Amino acid sequence: MTRYLMRRILALVPVALGVATLTFALIHLVPGDPVTAMLGDTAAPADVAAMRHQLGLDRPLAAQYIGFLAGVAHGDLGESISAHEPVTRLIAERFPATLELAAAGLAVALLIALPLGTIAGAKPGSAADMGAMGFAIVGISVPHLCLGPLLMIVFSLDLGWLPLTGRGGFAHLVLPAVTLGSALAAIVARMLRQSLMRVRHADYMRTARSKGLGESAALIRHGLRNAITPVVTLVGLEAGGLLTGAIVTEMIFSWPGMGRLLITAISARDYPLVEGCVLTFALSYVLVNLMTDMVYGIVDPRVRPV
Amino acid sequence: MRLGGNPSLAAGAAIVGVIAAAAALGPLVAHADPFAIDLARSLAPPSRVHWLGCDALGRDVLSRILWGARLSLGVSVSVVTLSLALGSVIGGSAAVAGGWVDNLVMRAVDIVLAFPGFLLAIALAAILGPGMIDLVVALTAMGWTGYARLVRGQILSLREREYVEAARSLGAAPGRLLFRHLMPALAGPVAVQATFGIGGIIVAEAALSFLGLGVLPPTPSWGNMLEAGRAFLLVSPHLTTAPGVAIGLSVMGFNLLGDGLAGAIARRD
Repeated sequence: MTRYLMRRILALVPVALGVATLTFALIHLVPGDPVTAMLGDTAAPADVAAMRHQLGLDRPLAAQYIGFLAGVAHGDLGESISAHEPVTRLIAERFPATLELAAAGLAVALLIALPLGTIAGAKPGSAADMGAMGFAIVGISVPHLCLGPLLMIVFSLDLGWLPLTGRGGFAHLVLPAVTLGSALAAIVARMLRQSLMRVRHADYMRTARSKGLGESAALIRHGLRNAITPVVTLVGLEAGGLLTGAIVTEMIFSWPGMGRLLITAISARDYPLVEGCVLTFALSYVLVNLMTDMVYGIVDPRVRPV
Repeated sequence: MRLGGNPSLAAGAAIVGVIAAAAALGPLVAHADPFAIDLARSLAPPSRVHWLGCDALGRDVLSRILWGARLSLGVSVSVVTLSLALGSVIGGSAAVAGGWVDNLVMRAVDIVLAFPGFLLAIALAAILGPGMIDLVVALTAMGWTGYARLVRGQILSLREREYVEAARSLGAAPGRLLFRHLMPALAGPVAVQATFGIGGIIVAEAALSFLGLGVLPPTPSWGNMLEAGRAFLLVSPHLTTAPGVAIGLSVMGFNLLGDGLAGAIARRD
């Protein structure tokens, strides 16, 4: 198991390097001058030259790239043009809020999907199955961009049960988490249902039933463990998407996370901050994929090398 | 392809048909100019004259929804077409070439795939700036890798078939092999992925416009209408629900259509 984990961690290095390179290329190689975009077309040439020097954009591209990688390795992502603070500090202040939202979204998704998918898979064709899959179709189709405002109208404005925006206690987390996690809940419920329907006909399930176990007990004690493996993969693949999905959710609910920081930086044409936020999101996504691989290795011993 | 025995296909085709008709004909038959400002009708509720009410500038919401349908469908179909073309050429060429070319191309695809797609679209949209063409470029960058992988995978399994072997032995060049013999066999799986892809791009375009990185006002987009409606959630919730329902219905239609197509192709095979 340790060798499996070490191999996965080592495989992370070239992927992280590739992601950092792509982030650098996005900001530095895409057509358009970031300094002109920041200062405006009417900026004095002296000001443009000074800003270019401050950001290191007057150096050769290779030197800029090496400097960028060295900075990333040391946790130095430069200084924000608009806030005049280190980018790393601004990100460190906001990242926990995004992580909290993404984790809550994942928890909501699993709390909804696991019972729903299990009921649907245990009794295919039943009313419960139809209801669960109806929810899945709606959940997959209604994006959080639309769901968030609808939940705000019903639960905050009409019923007054939950706060409208902002970050605070548990009550503030409910609507954003449900908004973010509902699509994943629908996808996971559907996958779990299909997976359970497949394992119901397996030989070990037939053996369990012939030993006198009831259908539900056999499914939960033996079937679920095997049915959950593709679900773990799916959750891992989609969990990274919760981080980037949080960008829109944070804007809807005025949640003070890194997503709002990124959009504010874009509006302010603060390229160092944009670069830092994009890189942090991308590397977090890669780390989540690594954690998925690790969990997969724990859940399914067959994927570990002998 | 029969619709009767395939409820997903029937329902999806019906919804997509309505959306497409609204996009094509709506702006021609809409009774109001979606750009006409009338402050006397600011935040007017739904009525017999304005079925979905008016926004903060007194513009007819229904007309703006219909124009938004044209824009959303136009952008999403364009993006999916470009992503499909780019991904097919790259993935197909890598599969036919094989060897180190295939390895190099697929490692490049893996690096792009390791980057969250929507984040890539946000970053590109932010750097390229507002504009329809820039929006299409940003969204295409998000989607082509999926088609590259799909096409490559399908071609790797098809290229050992007898008819491909026969074409190769008759001297067919790699390009002819790819476009004349292999690509037509991929129509089914690619059509399914493209159908789901259109729904995804509708959401992505709406999200970028919502964030101020896509279509900017006064051009009506479902996303920027949602964003503008947020400020008036308390007094005029219809400004948010109308574009929200339009987006949800469109995505549901394409998802059902994709499900139905996948089922029909599986049954045919």
